[in-house]
Amino acid sequence: MLTDLTIAGARDGLRAKEFSAVDLTMAHLHAIEALNPRLNAFITVSHAKAVDQARAADAALAAGDARALTGIPLAIKDLFCTEGVRTTAGSKILGPFVPPYESTVTANLLRDGAVFLGKANLDEFAMGSSNMTSAYGPVENPWKRRQNPNAVLVPGGSSGGSAAAVAARLAMGATGTDTGGSIRQPASFCGIAGIKPTYGRCSRWGVVAFASSLDQPGPVARTVEDCAILLGSMAGHDPKDSTSANMPVPDFQAACRRGVKGLRIGIPREYRLDGMPEDIERLWQQGVAWLREAGAEIVDVSLPHTKYGLPTYYIVAPAEASSNLARYDGVRFGARTNGEDLRDLYERTRAEGFGAEVRRRVLIGTYVLSAGYYDAYYIRAQKVRALILRDFTDAFVRVDALLVPTAPSAAFAQGENMDDPIKMYLNDAFTIPASMAGVPGMSVPAGLDADGLPLGLQVIGKPFDEETVFAVSAALEQAAGFSALPAIRAGG
Amino acid sequence: MSLDHATVRRIASLARIRVEEHEVEPLCQELNGILGWIEQLNEVDVTGVAPLTGAANMAAVLRPDVVTDGGYPEKVLANAPERIGDFYVVPKVVE
Repeated sequence: MLTDLTIAGARDGLRAKEFSAVDLTMAHLHAIEALNPRLNAFITVSHAKAVDQARAADAALAAGDARALTGIPLAIKDLFCTEGVRTTAGSKILGPFVPPYESTVTANLLRDGAVFLGKANLDEFAMGSSNMTSAYGPVENPWKRRQNPNAVLVPGGSSGGSAAAVAARLAMGATGTDTGGSIRQPASFCGIAGIKPTYGRCSRWGVVAFASSLDQPGPVARTVEDCAILLGSMAGHDPKDSTSANMPVPDFQAACRRGVKGLRIGIPREYRLDGMPEDIERLWQQGVAWLREAGAEIVDVSLPHTKYGLPTYYIVAPAEASSNLARYDGVRFGARTNGEDLRDLYERTRAEGFGAEVRRRVLIGTYVLSAGYYDAYYIRAQKVRALILRDFTDAFVRVDALLVPTAPSAAFAQGENMDDPIKMYLNDAFTIPASMAGVPGMSVPAGLDADGLPLGLQVIGKPFDEETVFAVSAALEQAAGFSALPAIRAGG
Repeated sequence: MSLDHATVRRIASLARIRVEEHEVEPLCQELNGILGWIEQLNEVDVTGVAPLTGAANMAAVLRPDVVTDGGYPEKVLANAPERIGDFYVVPKVVE
């Protein structure tokens, strides 16, 4: 089936005229029509626009002007502004928002010929690890527990719609964003690959801001190589984002074939949580064995401040969010709730427009930045953040990359971990440290737990050394030979 | 440090988020739960450590101070909840 192809495979098929870009896009649109009512992976499906883009791709292919992604149908996380297509950020407050401009990352993908199927569901303003905070309803993970196939599982978050769409073959790849694990954790929960690049590798311009010192766009896809192809198009310097790195974009796809012979891989002992399932520890040790067999040297390392990543994040990210979300005032764009006076209009608009988790984080952020508490919370957190970065810097003197689990659990059921915000936050314990340090991290599907649910391993690399991350990830992917399929998928 | 009802009302007001009376106590508990958990950062010795403001270890970027964008009020105002001509409309703020 066309929907089972990889991006690399579909590219070859399009160039060999085995099928057309319109065929490929229609196959995905039909899959969306059949399965999205159940999965809710897309908030908006841009059917007509996708068909137009596919026709243009066929014309380009006929003219011999094939680019990196000509005719490849993708899902776009609904956090990227897309010109003329509603962009909600999963929030009620942006329900009526139709951007008059295109984000840099999506503009880069369009430049390279991609087809956009629609806007993928997400946690509200990317704040969540389950997609349960979306104002547009939860997303169903296409994977099912063997013992209890009726339980509806979460796809992870915040890029839950992106990951579910790619796993269920509703899209060949998708954009995500990662602030504390929002690409890697859903990739792990949905049995696909996903990379958070180095902070600064992809432009944040036109991406709805959550925590600006942490937010980073990146791709999810079903193979490591497909992620490399997508990142090659998404990345690049952008003068419109002052934190965008002015560095050349290497050939990530070529890096996937480098192998790991002679590489030194660090295993940090701190990546363990109380109550972490045995399956995850076992898979981690299996990953170590795979890399050793492939020729890597395994080195024990210590990242002593790992456990402080989460509480540091829950000061820094809400602080930045409270500032970034100040713009939603019901005056210039977005939803408005009228009030007695201007202040009342602001307060009612924001009470109506923000969901419970967003409101909670804005309040925490406001508190830790308020007079008298700024030094005790915010400055202290920034100092601990410096120590977390130092842990990585010290480790990378001795090793080329790190191998850790992506998440401390497999996908959980909708409604679980909802009673206590901290329980939900713990999902990101293994992804947040790399976010705090700004270094790249990739989740690779590596095995199944006893319930038949996918588990990911995470490769963390040096700043701007995604090439080594891809090399190690591809080696893991090859050794794991992950071929399990989700219960719900196109043609399944 | 533990939040009381008055502090919750004050930060909600600073954040311009309306909080109904019956929401104050549950919010107070949630926020205290999170802040209590964050307190573990106090065990870290941060003596002599400079705060890290961001992951991008780079110098501030400068560009020539010239107008590079603008001149399309229709685009800018296209998403306004309420407008008159080229202006946003808000409730009256002066008597």
